[in-house]
Order: sequence, then structure tokens, then C-alpha cells
Amino acid sequence: MAVLIYSATPGLALELITAARRIDEAIIAVSINDDSMAAALREAGARTIKINHPQLLIGDTRALAAALKQVADREQTETVFLSSDRRGKELAGRLAQAMGAGCLTDVAAVNLDAGKIECQRNALGGATIATQYVEGAQVIALRPRSYEAAGAGNGSLEEMQAEIKESGLKVVDYKPKAGDRVNIEAAEILVAVGQGLSDEEKLADVQTLAAKLGGEVACSKPVATDKKWLSEERVIGLSGKKCKPQLALLFGISGQVQFTVGIRDARVIAAVNTDENAAINYMADYIMQADLHDVINELNQKL
Amino acid sequence: MNIVVAMKQIPDLQQIRIRNREPVLDGVPATLGLIDKNALEAAVLLKEEQGGKVIVLSAGNEEVEETVKEALAAGADEGFLILDDELEGADGGVKARVLAEAIKKIDDVGLILFGEGSGDNYSGQVGSRVAELLDLPQVGYASKIEINDNGAVITRSLEDGEEIIETSLPVVVSVLGDINEPRIPSVTQILKAGKKPKEVLELEDLELNLTGLPEIKTLSNLAPETDRKQVKISTVEELIKALKTEGVI
Repeated sequence: MAVLIYSATPGLALELITAARRIDEAIIAVSINDDSMAAALREAGARTIKINHPQLLIGDTRALAAALKQVADREQTETVFLSSDRRGKELAGRLAQAMGAGCLTDVAAVNLDAGKIECQRNALGGATIATQYVEGAQVIALRPRSYEAAGAGNGSLEEMQAEIKESGLKVVDYKPKAGDRVNIEAAEILVAVGQGLSDEEKLADVQTLAAKLGGEVACSKPVATDKKWLSEERVIGLSGKKCKPQLALLFGISGQVQFTVGIRDARVIAAVNTDENAAINYMADYIMQADLHDVINELNQKL
Repeated sequence: MNIVVAMKQIPDLQQIRIRNREPVLDGVPATLGLIDKNALEAAVLLKEEQGGKVIVLSAGNEEVEETVKEALAAGADEGFLILDDELEGADGGVKARVLAEAIKKIDDVGLILFGEGSGDNYSGQVGSRVAELLDLPQVGYASKIEINDNGAVITRSLEDGEEIIETSLPVVVSVLGDINEPRIPSVTQILKAGKKPKEVLELEDLELNLTGLPEIKTLSNLAPETDRKQVKISTVEELIKALKTEGVI
């Protein structure tokens, strides 16, 4: 089964090549309106199909799904890998519906077993990890950074025309994100705070500690969504970032599964909490029952 | 113009216990997805500005009729429910077919709103599937929705930036959890919710052929094994020493 891969982000498309190689050597990579990405995919060893069409907007999910379905039909493939970033996830359901396929998103690992592509993904809000597969045609969206980007190889490049229907949707502007552009997923050390943090001013001490350790400040969802003390970029969890740091220092975080799902792959977890029965204590390597503000101050003095 | 908000009944995740790595769902009460509540709030805010009705759409087992009262209390005007035990645990492909068919039965629909992902599965595919089934434009991950004479202007918030989309109506939109702060219904609103109109259909009323669809098979669904050390530390010195021994600071 040749695997068709597509991501609007070149780095993620290269990761998909690595993932697809676990399934089949026959990989068909698609690039849309992006010649440099087409070249990168070819250089990474994929048979690359390039579609350049002025009316095909990446932001028009209907048109994008229609174009990819045309490639899948022409190549007679029933297996598509997408990136499970926001664009990829939005596209996944639509393409699956267009192809009459089953769909799994946020997949962290794929394995071929007796012709089935077994996928691992979080379920029940992250309380469990499910191993699932699709019987029939399938669209699988893989979580960013689940696989390394593919290295150099010998690919090929061809062009294809796609038919795009008139659309009622226009992309009128794109504004790159200003302000906080931190990538907590790439950090080796995370200093994360939860609702135990007493007030916004205390964040300065948390930032000092993170800086001393060469890490980044992160938080649980309520700190960003409800209190707005930190940006959404720094949220760890099911609807935030899934991080794999060497060290996660967690302050005042109770440990609901929607949070822990984003940090359970950390190598070492230390949790500071006033509640000795906090759920986070069961998934920490080092547990300290203390006032987080005192601990942060002392760490800042002693490190 | 009416606004349809698709909401999913899920088990209350806070109350799921794990026994021998298996999730225990017996006796766990049902609720609505958290981000679905943001979709509802977005709909109610738009309705307050534009007029029309907010119709909450949900498909699931018979408990949905009770669960959905929460949405009727929080500002939805009507319920449109497809109740069938067969829908319990149905996958996104099946749910999307059911919801799309139901939407065809609702008059003057301008917006169809979803949360960006359900609270339990967080797969985020049903809205996109419904858009394809109805051949409508879609905008995911919306952080802002404005309706004007020509259609809608919607901000799609991506990892590295924001895309401003102009689209004709009807359109399928999935909203982010931080688009708004859902209102908390008053006691009077909760008491009145049961009296709001509801259209209740069974699966067979929709005349759908749900056979032959690709199926998602689950081989296992277990809590991850945690083999954390769980060492209790009493002083900051000890903590520093432990982290140095681990080689992480």
C-alpha cells in the first residue's frame, strides 16, 4: 500500500516520510504551491507530486481535500498520512469523508502488523492510550515531532493538474503571531505552574528560575485560559502542547489527566504541591509537599 | 438565520477512575464537551446581536435528552436530538453522517458550530466531515466570528499566525476553547430549560445507510503504565541534589 503524505509545513512533511517508511517504501509526497518544499521532499527520497494552482488556497480546506483526493484516486492509494497540526487535523476529517475513509488524528506512533496500521493515540481525555486501526481506506494524522525528519534520498518530481471548483471562501490576510513565540515542546527543561500560583506578580520568580536552569516557563490550561497570566503557547496538556523535556518542574499543579497527558513523556518529573494527595504525586519522580513560592525563592537563591 | 451548535455527550472525565489500567466508566455521569460549550456561547452571542435561533444538535443514547438541558439552560433556544442506543460510542464517520442528515432538516441554517475537539476523543474530525457531506466551506480553530451582509469574517488561529477568512454562508466553523467564557446559567434558566422545544428523532427516521463504512477497531485502551519513582523530598537542598544526580540540572 503506497502511502500518500501531505503537510502544509515542510518540516512536518519530512517527518511523515519517516513515519510512512515504517509502512511501505512506496511513498508519494504532495506539495501544493510550494516549489521549495517539492524540492525538499524529492531530496528526502519521496516520489513527489507538485500541484501548482492559483485558486487552490491552503486555507480552503474544501479545495485542499478535493485536490488530495484527486491524487489519491489517480495513484489508487487508500492510505494517507497528514500532520496533526491544526491545518492537518482540520483537513484530516474532510479528506477522510471525501475518500470514504476512516480517520485517526493525534496519532503518536504507527506500526504495521499483518497489513494493519496500528496507531497509538490518547483517549478519554488522555486518561488512556488506545491502540486502534482503521479497517478500509484511512487518513491518519500524526502528531508533530513523533518521528525524525527524513534524511537524504533519491526521489523524483512530477507535476499534476488539479481541478478546483469555484469557492465561496477567501483568505484575506495572514498575520504572523506577534509576541510570545516560545516553543515549549522543544525545551529540555520546563518550569510549569498551575493554579497554586498565588498571583501574577509571582511569575517573575518563576521566570527567573526557568532562566537560571536554561528552560522555559509553561503552565496548566487555567493559568492561560482563565487567568490569562501566560499565553496559550505555554499550555501543557490535551488541548495544549505535548512535551518531552529532560526535566519538568511542576509547581502548584494538581495533575488532572488533561494536563498530565502533555507531560508524561518527560524523563524526570518533580512536583511541588501543598496537597499530599494531589494526583500529580503519583506521576512524579520527586514529590515535595511545600509552599511553591518558598521553594521557588529558595531555588533561585541556591542555584 | 439560525445557528446550529453540534454538541457531544461525553463521560465526565474528572470522574473516570482507573482500575488495573482499565478505565472504569460505570456510574460516571454524562456531560457535554468543554469546548462544545464555547461553541454554544459563540452562537448565543451572535444570536443576541443578529437574531435568529440557536439550535443545539446532538446524537447519542437516550441520556442525551437529559444532558442537553445544560445547553438549553445556557442559551440554546431549541434542541434537535437523534437518540438511539446504537449511537453510543459510534465513531466520527457515523456521527458525521447522522449530524449532516439532521442539519438538512433544519430551516435557514447560516452557521454550523463545533468545538475544535470533543472532550473525550479530541479527534476533531466530525465538523470537517459534516462540511464535506454538506459540501460547505469550513473554517477550523476560530478565535473570532463576525457575521456581515455578505457572509462571515472568521479568524483561524494557527500555531504560527492568524488567518483572516471571508466566507459565504452557510459555513461550518470549529471554535477554540479560548474564544470566549461560557456563561453559567441561573437557577431559573435551568428550571426553564426542560420546557424549551425539542425535536427528537430516532436513527431510522433519518433513512441513512450506515453499513459498509470503514470501521475504527480498538485493540486496547489502557492507562499508561507509570513507573515514576515517587520519592518524597523535604528540603530544597535535597531536591537540588536529586536533580543533579539525575543529571538534569
